[in-house]
Amino acid sequence: MTDLAQALTDRAISATGSPRRGRPPAGRILTVLVPLAVLALLIFLPWMGFSIPGVLPGAVNSPGSMQLLALCLVAGGIALSYDILFGRTGLLSFGHALFVGAGAYSAAIALGEWGGGLGLAVLVVIAMGIALPLIVGAVALRVKGIAFAMVTLAFAQAVAITVLRNPAGMTGGEEGLSLNRSQLPAVLSGVVNAPYRYWLALGFCLLCFLVVAWLTAARTGHAWAAVRENEARVEVLGLSSYRAKLTAVVVGGFLGTLGGFVQLIVIGGANPHLLSTEFTLSLLIMVVLGGAGSRWGAIIGGVLYVLLDNRLQELSTSQTIAELPAVLRVPLGQPVFVLGLLFVLVVYFAPGGIAAIGGRVRGWWRRRRQSGVTPT
Amino acid sequence: MSSLILILVTGVGLGALYFLVASGLSLIYGLMHVLNFAHGAFLTAGAYAAWVAAASLSSLGGWSFPAAVLIGMFVGALIGAAVEFFLIRPLYRRHIEQVLVTVGLGLMGVALITGIWGADPQPFPRPAWTTATTTIGGAAIPNDRFLLIGAAAVLLIGLLLLLKYTRLGLIIRAGVENRTMVQALGIDVRRTFTLVFALGGAAAALGGVLGSVYSGSVSPGQGTALLIYAFIVVVIGGFGSIGGTALAALVVGLVQQLANYYLYSGIGDVSVVLLLALVLLVRPGGLTGRTA
Repeated sequence: MTDLAQALTDRAISATGSPRRGRPPAGRILTVLVPLAVLALLIFLPWMGFSIPGVLPGAVNSPGSMQLLALCLVAGGIALSYDILFGRTGLLSFGHALFVGAGAYSAAIALGEWGGGLGLAVLVVIAMGIALPLIVGAVALRVKGIAFAMVTLAFAQAVAITVLRNPAGMTGGEEGLSLNRSQLPAVLSGVVNAPYRYWLALGFCLLCFLVVAWLTAARTGHAWAAVRENEARVEVLGLSSYRAKLTAVVVGGFLGTLGGFVQLIVIGGANPHLLSTEFTLSLLIMVVLGGAGSRWGAIIGGVLYVLLDNRLQELSTSQTIAELPAVLRVPLGQPVFVLGLLFVLVVYFAPGGIAAIGGRVRGWWRRRRQSGVTPT
Repeated sequence: MSSLILILVTGVGLGALYFLVASGLSLIYGLMHVLNFAHGAFLTAGAYAAWVAAASLSSLGGWSFPAAVLIGMFVGALIGAAVEFFLIRPLYRRHIEQVLVTVGLGLMGVALITGIWGADPQPFPRPAWTTATTTIGGAAIPNDRFLLIGAAAVLLIGLLLLLKYTRLGLIIRAGVENRTMVQALGIDVRRTFTLVFALGGAAAALGGVLGSVYSGSVSPGQGTALLIYAFIVVVIGGFGSIGGTALAALVVGLVQQLANYYLYSGIGDVSVVLLLALVLLVRPGGLTGRTA
């Protein structure tokens, strides 16, 4: 093999993420150990009684904290499902809320109106999670770019308006639907059982993480990345970019629908906010905040968004804020304002989001060390 | 018959309101390829500025309303220009980032207004003549519809004249057609960006004030609610085409009103979004056939 061929092969291997040669074994062990340690910590959180003042409302294993953490993890999972479209495949969709809302509402109707059990609800959610993204994706992907964003927006908006009008009394209009807990196993309801809902949320988040990790390492993920980088080239190579994009919409939509179902169980109801464009925009903010197209970014972004939204709400009614002059008090009293500001700052000063900050610090450190070695 | 006339005029009035908001969006997208999510915040800011001005200028009597409208438009233009100059321009050519910034700005603007004046709608001091009715063909039609239609017509004619007969209009038209070529010819297109943003901001603010006259109140969410329909109008009309936007606004307003009245309430909003999906799938470039 010539040098050039060897160099090209090396580059191809490093680009497709197959066994990397240059990596020290210690680093490889760390990339497996750190996520496992984090997971173990998250699993055992309900037994930990310490409190983190300012971050959580009470001790870590108090029902309030468990509920908040469950909401954070669900948001992280849903944000990751949105990132399959936005960060991995480069599809800007304004209709992801449709899938989340569909999951929550269809399960609420199956449990309430139809009086079915948990099994029926799961079946309905799975069917919904496959059929709806397939239909919406198949139609919307006939157009590209901003037109795709608009068609997905149109679908989501049409359903959101219909749900608000409460057809045949099925969706509860602006009130939404409350969860019929009598059909659920006892461990999923009641304040005392908050840890079980937390584990459910953790399981959902983990599932999203594993699916994304698995698919991005497989051919599907490479096809997504190829479509994101250069769609015309994918077509020229004889691959179907339509099929790759449809897979992304279906996988993302399915996980989103599942997320809606988990959200329903955690908050105990389905509300029209889950279907709104604002919800999709908040997903976009989570993904960009955490870092689009990275394995951890969307989860971190989702967790941070919900945590900040919740804690800033608390802060806005606190004594410290009330004593501030109006110039500071008014903006700080609005969580959305602070989140929006943070988002804009990240777009300007930290492209790649929080997930990219680690890499940037490492790069800066390496440069600094190298410049230290060379005599000046 | 009289109810049909009332519905038709109301539909055209609604279309006029959509056109006021959508015209700026369409020009901004056509020229700069930025989907401006902050447009709803421009609108709301203009409406609140006019509302504050109308309250403090009440001593002017009959002139307080036109003065408030002008102040609202000025504030809208100022905010639009400032956003373009300070926030959009540094992200030159990074379209996704530009859109993300406008998303953040839109959220921040609405949150700020909620923080200052509260989340509840506030009554807007309407001049008496806008709530009076004019009888046409047996139908008593509130005058605010005519105000909307008149304002949109003036804006449409003004924009068409501007685009057709001035040097600035020529640059904008050429920029929408092929921005790179215009720059290659040695013309600084970027200077027109600020102007287009200011123009769009003023038009959106006018839409905000007249929308408040129509509904009788100002509220923080009024811009965001209109923005989605404005997007739909822009996409149906084809980006960057003022004539197409006007036509699409008219169609959307009429379809919404007629379907809401003759089918059942609420179906009009759904039929509008389905119309959007249909148009995009049949003609991806919108009615005027321009590719986005």
